[in-house]
Amino acid sequence: MLCQECNERPATVHLTKIINGEKTILHLCDKCAHEKGEVFMMHGGAGFSINNLLAGLLNMESAFHTAQNTPFYQQSEPHCENCSMTYQQFVKIGHFGCPHCYEAFKDHLKPLLRRLHSGSLVHSGKIPKRMGGSIHIRKSIEELKLVLKEAVSKEEFEKAAEIRDQIKYLESQLDGYFQEGGN
Amino acid sequence: MSIERFLNQALSSWMSAEGPESDIVLSSRVRLARNISNYRFPTLFSSEEAKEIIDKVYNSVKNKVFPGIGELELLIMDDLQPLQKRVLVEKHLISPNLVDHATHGAVLLSENEEISIMINEEDHFRIQCLYPGLQISEALKTANAIDDVIEEYLDYAFDEKIGYLTSCPTNVGTGLRASVMMHLPGLVLTQQINGIIPAINRLGLVVRGIYGEGSEALGNIFQVSNQITLGKSEEDIVTELQSVVNQLIAQERGARENLAKTSSIQLEDRVFRSYGILSNCRIIESKEAASCLSDVRLGIDMGYIKNISRNILNELMIITQPGFLQQYAGGPLRPNERDVRRATLIRERLKMEN
Repeated sequence: MLCQECNERPATVHLTKIINGEKTILHLCDKCAHEKGEVFMMHGGAGFSINNLLAGLLNMESAFHTAQNTPFYQQSEPHCENCSMTYQQFVKIGHFGCPHCYEAFKDHLKPLLRRLHSGSLVHSGKIPKRMGGSIHIRKSIEELKLVLKEAVSKEEFEKAAEIRDQIKYLESQLDGYFQEGGN
Repeated sequence: MSIERFLNQALSSWMSAEGPESDIVLSSRVRLARNISNYRFPTLFSSEEAKEIIDKVYNSVKNKVFPGIGELELLIMDDLQPLQKRVLVEKHLISPNLVDHATHGAVLLSENEEISIMINEEDHFRIQCLYPGLQISEALKTANAIDDVIEEYLDYAFDEKIGYLTSCPTNVGTGLRASVMMHLPGLVLTQQINGIIPAINRLGLVVRGIYGEGSEALGNIFQVSNQITLGKSEEDIVTELQSVVNQLIAQERGARENLAKTSSIQLEDRVFRSYGILSNCRIIESKEAASCLSDVRLGIDMGYIKNISRNILNELMIITQPGFLQQYAGGPLRPNERDVRRATLIRERLKMEN
């Protein structure tokens, strides 16, 4: 089978796209596929790296988005106010420009993070000590609530009551934080 | 330079000391990626920002004596000779990226080279702790302690929901990469490794050969590390890695026992042939050297070869890399000259043992 684009080289890339329920099948040669940008993750060889892979994942994301939305000239491209990196730039290099990019590209990031980290989207590790005690307290409350749930399901009501008191105490501390912050 | 003096200067603690399970686990490494808030990442930052970051990180650890670690010394990449940088890479103290792509790259090194803090590589800084043998939790503890000290002085880029913000989203969350270097000749010889690697990959961990291209592991040395950094606590990540490593150790021991039972004489033959090559060769390229070193090390572990210390594999794998060889030679070497120099170095090192 010859490549649909150039009708010269044999088609080696067979691509099925489904956009809004409409199915298109493309048969392309390597070269045309690259030029059309249809091949996302076929770097291979020397240039192969985590960044390329990542850019590949992101490209899939953006291909999806633009296909669904209005033509590109009518879209305002998402960009970071702080370092002025655009989402397209990020897609290209796989690295953010500054810490604020995470907030700026929040909506685009969720599917990517889910894919990279097996579904998790919420940090549950270390927290910087000076990062305001309120985060630490909130984390402890969340953890205690889980323990409480377990205690209740096991009908360990005495233990549950203890945990509830602990949670109440922490919540009162949390209120304290906000009042101090307000003054 | 005499070989003794060269070795004294060349060896980091993780290469020469023994640690738990060091018949199979060569080293354990933990690194924490951290960034300072209100500074752009190295992807975009200005020269001024880069210099300020070096100052900030350096000032936060300057004149501090960390228990069991001592003081940290600052090395600025632009001040080093290409060969010196290469040696640091071969010792796993800095990444090739820091040498090749970083602007205003720097590293803070502890005297025993167990701690290195890379500055301005992909992230503002990365705390690395490298220990001999299987000591991932210990390495995490030390890295955390250093992180705590730095955090007293610097405001980190941290988000309540997604944790430590990193330049690349593959590191966001804990910013933790824990990895263990293992010598697995038994699993390779019995071909079990081919089934094991995909199984481990499915658990969110990555196995790859070190020094080798692609999946080929030079010297049967593999690195197992975590891939996921978000959604799990540091302790969970380390515990999961540790449990997989423990299983690998058990499998490797089983494979070695099997080999000893079923093909003892063949194995002994292989070990002594390799020993013969290493102690007599005049020209040897790195691939052959790695494979022979792996055999000799297996021979030592299984008791075929006596009176040679075990860490010879760790040592020689590192110091027969091109950068080290050229440092030992005192100047640049062409590839064929390296092969000659490598052979000499290995022969001399083996002679030291007898």
